Amino acid sequence: MSGLNLIQILNGLTFAALLFIVASGFTLIFGLLRIVNLAHGALYLFGGYIAYSVTGMTGNFALGVLSSMLCVALMGVVLDLGLLRFVRGFELRQVLLTLGVAFVLNDLALVIWGGDTFSMPVPEMLRGAVRVGGGFYPKYRLFVLVLGLVVFLALWLLLNRTRLGALIRAGVDDAEMVEAMGINIRRVFLATFMLGASLAGLGGAVGGAFLTLYPTADAEILVFSLAVVIIGGRGSLVGAAVGALLVGLLNSIGQVMFPELAYFVIFGPMAAILAFRPLGLFGRAA
Amino acid sequence: MASAYSPQRRIPIPALASILIIFGALPLFASSYQISVANEILIFALLAMSIDVLAGYAGRTSLGHGAIFGASTYIVIYWISVAGGSPWIALLLGVLAATMLASVFALLAVRVSGVYFLLLTLALGMIVWGVCLRWTSVTGGENGIRGVGRPEIIADPLVFFYTTLVTVLIFSFIIWRFVQSPFGLTLRGIRDSESRMSSLGYSTASHMFIAFTITGIFAGVAGALYALFNNFVSPSTVQLSQSVEGLLMAIVGGIGTLFGAFVGSAAIILLENFVSDFTPRWPMVLGFMFIGTMIFAPEGILGAASKFFRSGWKKNRIKP
Repeated sequence: MSGLNLIQILNGLTFAALLFIVASGFTLIFGLLRIVNLAHGALYLFGGYIAYSVTGMTGNFALGVLSSMLCVALMGVVLDLGLLRFVRGFELRQVLLTLGVAFVLNDLALVIWGGDTFSMPVPEMLRGAVRVGGGFYPKYRLFVLVLGLVVFLALWLLLNRTRLGALIRAGVDDAEMVEAMGINIRRVFLATFMLGASLAGLGGAVGGAFLTLYPTADAEILVFSLAVVIIGGRGSLVGAAVGALLVGLLNSIGQVMFPELAYFVIFGPMAAILAFRPLGLFGRAA
Repeated sequence: MASAYSPQRRIPIPALASILIIFGALPLFASSYQISVANEILIFALLAMSIDVLAGYAGRTSLGHGAIFGASTYIVIYWISVAGGSPWIALLLGVLAATMLASVFALLAVRVSGVYFLLLTLALGMIVWGVCLRWTSVTGGENGIRGVGRPEIIADPLVFFYTTLVTVLIFSFIIWRFVQSPFGLTLRGIRDSESRMSSLGYSTASHMFIAFTITGIFAGVAGALYALFNNFVSPSTVQLSQSVEGLLMAIVGGIGTLFGAFVGSAAIILLENFVSDFTPRWPMVLGFMFIGTMIFAPEGILGAASKFFRSGWKKNRIKP
């Protein structure tokens, strides 16, 4: 029995790691650029499909993941420079515009890849299982868990220990002042947008292997990401991590205990947190 | 600016009468297919109006009303065809369920505004969708539930069309009366300055709660009518694109114009029917329309002329 529970907790943790990868990109763009990118789920799905196609053609998993991140980052650039520039400063119009983009991208993916379910092929060295406390656990999912931790550390270091991170944080507080210092703030924000988008691509590529890819996967991951950001608070990396852990663990417990109502289980904590902290656990009023 | 706040006490007889005449005379020359399209336009106009009450008069853009609408549809069809109950009670239960769902949404969402409100209603609506999709034993999952047809009296498509028309007109009047009431004026006050209203002693949270819940009744009535109209419900009835279409109808018709919803609803549904003749890519067209509307005409077709709208939408640029 305890073995089973350990497996469930691991399932929750690995799902949380994936959620963190996706939601951290979302919260980064939301918190620092004030753009709610509802096309994030569609970018995740596109990233997954691209990784699937590239891996299928070349047989190289890493190449698939990298090309997915690159392509999705480029899509982010096109979205930011091609469309969002027309509605800068209008928060609601921005959100609704990205929602339109999400619809277009989702339908485009349906045209290109069809409605079948795909599973991203996993490289040889990550296949199989390892012994974990008396049971067996798939290696790949442990890899996702480690990747989630690596992404967390890398993002934390980027934001707190590098020049770009300092510029991003300064730009959030006072963009005009940063510009007055002779720094092109638009370029900094564009870099952040690319980074956030590429995280969606990474999530799609990595998640495509154990969650599979299908036409409504984008909506599902978007709900989870929204829940993570609503619980964790806008723009907080730590908030995203805590939110992802909470949502991931609750989701896996929910799937075991109430398989049909698993979605509903993430609703409970979200409601409880909102009742006390409308802006999320780590959210701050802008 | 003062004119924007003065209530228009005159009953909007021209608007309601023209809707009655245009839709009422339709069966004289339209085919049965065109009548069913008109029927759908009426139902969705009611949904769009329920969204417009919040967006135009309370300054809160909701993406959860499609789910509230669909919840009512689910309950009505479930009660009639699975539980085998009376259709009239089903309608009542559907509207009741939608209202209760709206009050749950409202409880969680009243304390936030702007983008946060939009995100929260979006997430809540999608949870409803997730439950409908996964709770297969009750909702039938992706296959949905098929109804058993309308009750005898309104079984005829033409009779049902007129029933819908009368119902929607009555509710249009109720909604108009609602937004012109002192309560509706308070909502506009909250839209324009929440802090001013609360320092004047108004409980903005309870006003928003009541307003949101009441719009749930309107969306629920639309959803119940849709159950009778469509005779089938599946997760696509509660999915996000339902809310998005409703909001787009309200925006195209002009946020804060209320009866513009009829224009918006007609524009979107006619376009959907037209596009579907050529291509199955309606979601893509919808997406492009949304992008285009946001960039070029966020004030909609009718809204451009409306002063209301201008103060309303500018206020929507809320810092969360």
